[in-house]
Amino acid sequence: MNDAHAQAARTDETLPDAVTTWPHLVRIELLTTLVAMVLLTVWSIVVDAPLEEAADPNRTPDPSKAPWYFLGLQELLVYFDPWIAGVIVPALIILGLMAIPYLDRNPRGSGYYTLRERPFSIAVFLFGFLGLWIVPILIGVFCRGPGWNWYWPWEPWDIAHATHLTNINLTDWLGVPSALGGVFVCAWYSLGGAFWLWRRKSPALLQLGGARYAVTAFLLLTMTAIPLKMALRLLVNVKYVWVTPWFNI
Amino acid sequence: MSPPAERPGFWQQVYRSVFRHRFDDTPRNRVLQITSNVFLHLHPATIRRHGLRLRFTWGMGGLSFLMFLVTVVTGVILMFYYRPTAAAAYIDMKNLQHEIPFGMIQRNMHRWGAHAMVILVWLHMLRVFLSGSYKPPREFNWTVGVLLLTLTMLLSFTGYLLPWDQLARWAITVGTNMAAATPFIGHQGPGAGLTGVTERTDIRALLLGGPQVGDAALLRFYVLHCVFLPIIASVFMIVHFWRVRKDGGISGPPHAEDAASSPGGPRA
Repeated sequence: MNDAHAQAARTDETLPDAVTTWPHLVRIELLTTLVAMVLLTVWSIVVDAPLEEAADPNRTPDPSKAPWYFLGLQELLVYFDPWIAGVIVPALIILGLMAIPYLDRNPRGSGYYTLRERPFSIAVFLFGFLGLWIVPILIGVFCRGPGWNWYWPWEPWDIAHATHLTNINLTDWLGVPSALGGVFVCAWYSLGGAFWLWRRKSPALLQLGGARYAVTAFLLLTMTAIPLKMALRLLVNVKYVWVTPWFNI
Repeated sequence: MSPPAERPGFWQQVYRSVFRHRFDDTPRNRVLQITSNVFLHLHPATIRRHGLRLRFTWGMGGLSFLMFLVTVVTGVILMFYYRPTAAAAYIDMKNLQHEIPFGMIQRNMHRWGAHAMVILVWLHMLRVFLSGSYKPPREFNWTVGVLLLTLTMLLSFTGYLLPWDQLARWAITVGTNMAAATPFIGHQGPGAGLTGVTERTDIRALLLGGPQVGDAALLRFYVLHCVFLPIIASVFMIVHFWRVRKDGGISGPPHAEDAASSPGGPRA
């Protein structure tokens, strides 16, 4: 393995299509730096950074928004308890991203753009990046007003506009014991096991192996469970799928 | 500068003590330009042609680093005028805006540069993913990159409190309330009853120096923002840049294919 790494990591100096870094790369770096600095300077002359009234612990603004890059996570607070939206999900995002190179065993598509040779990994990444990160941020920045209610960007923030919904737990809605919520959650994750039993002889899963498959399946099912729960809340006002004395999901 | 004589004069000696080579455009000097300069030496002396293409790299890694440098320079300047106490911070912000020459543009460039850095780092990650550049042998550098992404957002988040206005205070309140929900070590999280943490002893209190955003939180975020996180991020950046070279430079298509289509012909 280490030999293979060293081989793949050999220096570029020996390659026939190599050019000298000076001036070819340094020139590009200088020009992009100049363009970026001009843009940043002009932007900073034209647009002032915001500064509101002095901090006042006795006056809570409504809505209170986190910095824009965390608004995706704050948006998740609508659908999940804070320990999931604010702790578990961010931790899984960081660990899941770090795990990508060790989970993706497809040797093709290394060092060039291709959709055809790795459609699955690109689809999953774009789903996560655009669907689970960028879109919730846009919702949080542009569509959330007082009471974290939905306001279109062109609508005034009018308190009377807010509709008050009564959310109901899934098991109450279905009229079944609340312990069944745990069965629903376990059933969702056991889809990964079922798929393994069904397709474990396929080349893709053989290449992946059991441990990598388990981690991949867990991450994928968690990624897809998030919009599923959002749909349950937005369409049929489900509050929790699984209610226990210690935590709710 | 005239060509060096047999016995260099004083100025020639000074010049040669600084610059180790001449600047006429020879292959040897092109290499020396890179290898005899500590800053340019981040680069290899030669680079594969596709690594130059902005269509391939989007220039995002380099621009992320540029934005980091912008925030370091403007940040140091802002530190001369800013005191991290609840009594002084907001007054200092107002002075920066209205009294101090070029104070406003320093602050604007710091803030917009930081926001740009967050976006550029995301786009850098996107391009590295789409070009498959995390694949062997570059797995480890991808994980270092994920840590740098996290550090970028933490740097931005800790800086968000420092203006000490309503926007800052409540954004940090919302953000750190998440920490109070951490299982077992946050007082509102599941399992808090088992560990017995309170709002004064949980993980959020560690971040804020107390149960809510106040003087202690401002000082903690200031030190994290100006000293602790920049040092940690710099260490990881050194590793990240070094590993780009050690893992074979900017990623590219497999060598054989690439060589076949290049003017140099197939590799011998």
